[in-house]
Amino acid sequence: MSLTQGMTAKKLLGYYQNKADQDAREAKARGDLVCWSASVAPSEFCVTMGIAMVYPETHAAGIGARKGAIDMLDVASRKGYNIDCCSYGRVNMGYMECLKEAAITGVKPEVLVNSPAADVPLPDLVITCNNICNTLLKWYENLAVELDIPCIVIDVPFNHTMPIPEYAKAYIADQFRNAISQLEVICGRPFDWKKFKEVKDQTQRSVYHWNRIADMAQYKPSPLNGFDLFNYMALIVACRSLDYAEITFKAFADELEANLKAGIYAFKGAEKTRFQWEGIAVWPHLGHTFKTMKNLGAIMTGTAYPALWDLHYDANDESLHSMAEAYTRIYINTCLSNKVEVLLNIMEKGKIDGTIYHLNRSCKLMSFLNVETAEIIKEANGKPYVSFDGDQTDPNVYSEAQYETRVQALVEMMEANLAEA
Amino acid sequence: MYTMGVDIGSASSKAVILKDGKDIVAAEVVQVGTGSSGPKKAMENAFEASGLKQEDISFTVATGYGRFSLEDADKQMSEISCHAKGIYHLVPTARTIIDIGGQDAKAIRLDNKGGIKQFFMNDKCAAGTGRFIEVMARVLETTLDEMAGLDEQAEETAPISSTCTVFAESEVISQLSKGTNRNNIARGVHMSVASRACGLAYRGGLEKDVVFTGGVARNAGVVRAVSSVLKTDVIVAPNPQTTGALGAALFAYEAAQKK
Repeated sequence: MSLTQGMTAKKLLGYYQNKADQDAREAKARGDLVCWSASVAPSEFCVTMGIAMVYPETHAAGIGARKGAIDMLDVASRKGYNIDCCSYGRVNMGYMECLKEAAITGVKPEVLVNSPAADVPLPDLVITCNNICNTLLKWYENLAVELDIPCIVIDVPFNHTMPIPEYAKAYIADQFRNAISQLEVICGRPFDWKKFKEVKDQTQRSVYHWNRIADMAQYKPSPLNGFDLFNYMALIVACRSLDYAEITFKAFADELEANLKAGIYAFKGAEKTRFQWEGIAVWPHLGHTFKTMKNLGAIMTGTAYPALWDLHYDANDESLHSMAEAYTRIYINTCLSNKVEVLLNIMEKGKIDGTIYHLNRSCKLMSFLNVETAEIIKEANGKPYVSFDGDQTDPNVYSEAQYETRVQALVEMMEANLAEA
Repeated sequence: MYTMGVDIGSASSKAVILKDGKDIVAAEVVQVGTGSSGPKKAMENAFEASGLKQEDISFTVATGYGRFSLEDADKQMSEISCHAKGIYHLVPTARTIIDIGGQDAKAIRLDNKGGIKQFFMNDKCAAGTGRFIEVMARVLETTLDEMAGLDEQAEETAPISSTCTVFAESEVISQLSKGTNRNNIARGVHMSVASRACGLAYRGGLEKDVVFTGGVARNAGVVRAVSSVLKTDVIVAPNPQTTGALGAALFAYEAAQKK
């Protein structure tokens, strides 16, 4: 009998998150390659090559959620990384410095011994992609320089207009082929195109079930608590090209569908208003951001951030243009008008009454557009919105009282609108 | 029927008792805020002024940063909604509210029914708030109450360009050491606060009437500065420190009627 037989989706999530880290540790112990990868860089190439994957953004988010970010931020700060740099990057550089020191001296620094960080090994190569931000280029370049390892860069240009032109897809497909060539050199063996097809198929099955989960928020009342997407997204980032993600997401989507049929909803009858969350989660204060809204009867039924990994494409397309399109069309790699359209669709589908915008100090790309986005969307559908200052993994850049005041006012505005309607 | 609104801010506590949702029978302010004896004292003072007791109150709404700490409250509401409610009650022609309190500044846009169209608040920073003026008053060796008087005697504005309170403090010290007139600096401080808060008001689309409320609205220097930055007349809310508590008491009345 399989170890995971009969496990709930929640248990599967914990099991496979740990297993992915364990896979990386075992690969390292065997002398196999370990790659640190940007979260929306294609995972398909390394998985085809049998390289174990670690995702620094997810790893940093986990450290933040477990209240361990400050120690790593301090290590990065002492190395000269300014607080204006992305906190995922700073936490990861801090963690890398600790691992590097342990590797050189044979002694784990105290800060690492006491850290709640998931235990992952140092990389033998890194792979990055600028389809979600350009900080990832310098961050991964620094990792590669500090550790003297190869850095594969997949250039995915920003889409200033939509739809995506064919020449952009052709360029990105060439970037993919170039990355594959580099991997062949690093691994010292040819790329297995047959296995690549299987990995693409696997990725598509994971994405399919991931989208099934997000789709459940369209029902009113909602069987899905949207904040659960923040928890489950660890696997769509880190394991989408393995069956770990597919198994877990299928189980969760099945559970939600069964709940819907049985009339079991996320807020058990207490759902009063529905909101959209725009931006990365505030990992060190995830509970506070969620519970404050829950206590006000407000449920999150739409968020574009986890939908970044809606990477559906035609796995049979050998030109790789379809895959290229999937990796470039993600909304934060597109123009303002497309971003607005994406969010408006999410609001319509999730029957949303208002939006919370996270002005995230770390994520300039997502945050700088928020002010304009919010005003255009308000003009288009009349739904109220609120912004708050925060940060994805730096717990210092968040004030509970300021969040509470702003979101309570939003809820009161949403309730007033519903009462008037 | 009597209802109560308690606004527990960062720098002061306010309590308003309302009779039948329209007559203010007590409006008290204590100059210490959340985490202090202020909220209790403000309520006691309101009871004393009105001759009422806790049991006479049908419903109590708490607002402000300390709203969750008041045990006697039946409900908590955000100060955005409460200020909007209170101001609309006092000035039905209000369409833009500028509220500057001890640690935040906000601009609220109202529709013609008093509903909130949009609001904007300062980011996580003391610039443009009462605390900013307090810090500068200390450097100018004066009190908050005397700042308006200094401003009135100013012949020109000594510009304070830094928005950061710490940097602005250094800038004021530097101006003083260069011999800049203290009155002119006070006016510069007020202009700095006003331009910050008015930036929020412009974001919401400025529409008349503009009503200025919150503790800082008691400072005539800032009122002049706001009016000058917005290039329009500004109505100072009657008893501006208690408009949030008044709004809370009005919400309390609505809730009591539904009980």
